[in-house]
Amino acid sequence: MNSKIRKILPQIATLLAVVFVFGFFTFNAQVNMDNRGIEFGYGFLSQESSFDVQFSLIEYDGSHSYARAYLVGLLNTLLVAFIGIIFATIIGVVVGIARLSPNYLIERSAAFYVEFFRNIPLLLQIFFWYFAALRALPLPQDADAIFGVFFLTIKGLFVPRFIWVNLDIFFYSLIAAIISIVVIRNYARKLQESEGKQLPVFSISAGLLIILPLLAFLIGGVSLSFEMPVLEQIATTSFKYTGGLGLPPELIALTLALALYTATFIAECVRAGIQGISKGQKEAAASIGLTPNQILKLVIMPQALRIIIPPTTNQYLNLTKNSSLAAAIAYPDLVLVFAGTALMQTGRAIEIVSITMLTYLSISLAISALMNWYNKRIAIKEK
Amino acid sequence: MYTYIKRITSFLAMFAVLFVFAGEAMAKKSKTLKNTQKKGFVRCGVSQGLPGFSNADASGNWTGVDVDVCRAVAAAVLGDAGKVKFTPLSAKERFTALTSGEIDILSRNTTWTLSRDADIGLTFVGVNFYDGQGFMVRKDSGITSTSQFKSGISACTNIGTTTELNMRDFFTSKGISYEPVAFEKADEVVAAYDAGRCDTYTTDKSGLAAQRTKMKDPDAHIVLPETISKEPLGPVVRQGDSVWEDIVRWSLNVMIEAEEYGITSSNADSMKTSENPAIKRLVGAEGELGAAFGLDNEWSLRIIKQVGNYGESYKRNIADPGILPDRGPNQLWTKGGILYVPPAR
Repeated sequence: MNSKIRKILPQIATLLAVVFVFGFFTFNAQVNMDNRGIEFGYGFLSQESSFDVQFSLIEYDGSHSYARAYLVGLLNTLLVAFIGIIFATIIGVVVGIARLSPNYLIERSAAFYVEFFRNIPLLLQIFFWYFAALRALPLPQDADAIFGVFFLTIKGLFVPRFIWVNLDIFFYSLIAAIISIVVIRNYARKLQESEGKQLPVFSISAGLLIILPLLAFLIGGVSLSFEMPVLEQIATTSFKYTGGLGLPPELIALTLALALYTATFIAECVRAGIQGISKGQKEAAASIGLTPNQILKLVIMPQALRIIIPPTTNQYLNLTKNSSLAAAIAYPDLVLVFAGTALMQTGRAIEIVSITMLTYLSISLAISALMNWYNKRIAIKEK
Repeated sequence: MYTYIKRITSFLAMFAVLFVFAGEAMAKKSKTLKNTQKKGFVRCGVSQGLPGFSNADASGNWTGVDVDVCRAVAAAVLGDAGKVKFTPLSAKERFTALTSGEIDILSRNTTWTLSRDADIGLTFVGVNFYDGQGFMVRKDSGITSTSQFKSGISACTNIGTTTELNMRDFFTSKGISYEPVAFEKADEVVAAYDAGRCDTYTTDKSGLAAQRTKMKDPDAHIVLPETISKEPLGPVVRQGDSVWEDIVRWSLNVMIEAEEYGITSSNADSMKTSENPAIKRLVGAEGELGAAFGLDNEWSLRIIKQVGNYGESYKRNIADPGILPDRGPNQLWTKGGILYVPPAR
């Protein structure tokens, strides 16, 4: 009985303390807000926002609501986080493996890259990429086409827009290709288990992925054309591109800075993961006749991933949270649009900051949950 | 599973507490004046650097017409115009800094609008600069009027200001599609526009004139003649302290009225023997004007002597540095402008 009370008492005391602290701050905020005639409420979200945003994935202008502006900011944050994570992962894996290369030059340049980029504050890097790019890039009228179709200018990167005819048929052909690949893979596994024969699954899959969509083009009536960006003059010295797809320089600079910065940490995670596998594993695998590719794929990577995933999850979370530095260079992310402009126009600091905090919390928890699920899937099943 | 539910419930409970605690409004007297006198300095929020309005020099001395409003209040309530602590604030931070009590006066080229005045716990006390939003373009663009703007134009500006809203009203009403590029800090707006990221830079015209002086080649840019909005800029105080509100309002009004009566920092003392009772009241030789605020009778004399009248402040901060030599609407009503303040009596 006594020991039970002794166990519970500190917990109750802690809970009371937490409730008291929360309560005190809430009470204080309420009193202060009352005194200053500030009302608390989320009703403003349905009001007309009356400000425009530079770059939006969904249809939006000032006649939409603040809730819609929130969505615009959220999607822009997710976009930069998504692209950033993909690039950071690719660069990180390549650099991480390069750091283990027996080639001195490759190993040293990878090490230099990691030490250089991870030791400079991220905000400075964002400013550097943005203003360096702005100073270095040509004006739209001076831009030379890259591969004849891309235009990288001070006003952004302009690429041709795809215009599809019968896109659905193309889509079906892709689905058909994927289904047949799954079937062939299963068949190949069975074949290997029963007869020990190996099929060149990779080449067959690649072939299917090319041939089926190609058939869709040739006989399915699918066609693809490009809408090229066209230079248009808006004043004597002011030009812009119309048509095509335009990516603002703010997005490019931010993605570049985030990816290059986060990739250094991911590279170290990858290196740690691979070095964490004892040499004996590789030698044992070689001794039973596996090829170097098979060793990496079947022996080293499955074990290394266990070490790589958890710290890499942290880096993904960091990248997502760091994307809020976008406000410094005018990329309209959640912080700039919602916790910036919307907060200013409505003056609802507590409401908007609380929504923004909960949003980042949810994004982070979602990424975390996804990575934990993946980590569990690849974990060694102890039998 | 059970522990999960327990955890979630306790988390929710904490959250509920956060919102349920209803605060009862407590009757409070205005304390800002008392606190200011106890601290010995006026806490004033200013911009992060806008020449002519609030700008710090290399040694950290703040100057500008917005700065002078705070200096006037310091002269009135503390007897020394130098006793001001300036806090540079971004457009986004300014109102929160004021309502949370970090500063007591916000004098930061802030536009007086209905929603700001009524909705978010602020009170505007007056107008110390009548401004309007304009556009700056590169001279070699050949644009000389906003009527030459075409769809696709990109416009650099600040977030968190009325500028963003006016810009939308303007372009939407003209049926022009535009690309707004909005930065948090003015320095980045200028840098991006100067680099060629945007075709035009839009903000209050006084701001355009001031920022132009910071550019690589100021002569390569022009401010277009059109004004697309009304921007009455003025000092702001927290709601709920009417005595403090009156002190700030009348510190500003005294400066403007002093100019009207020709009282300057150099002749203020000699004006005590003036024949005109209105002048005598302003320099504290007649009446009991300070008593209403709990101040002595020389409060207004100190403002005029230490800070000067509005005309002196304008000349020193805006006209002489060449930002806006022409006073335009910021001239006294007696001289064709719209500066008109209620009488100090």
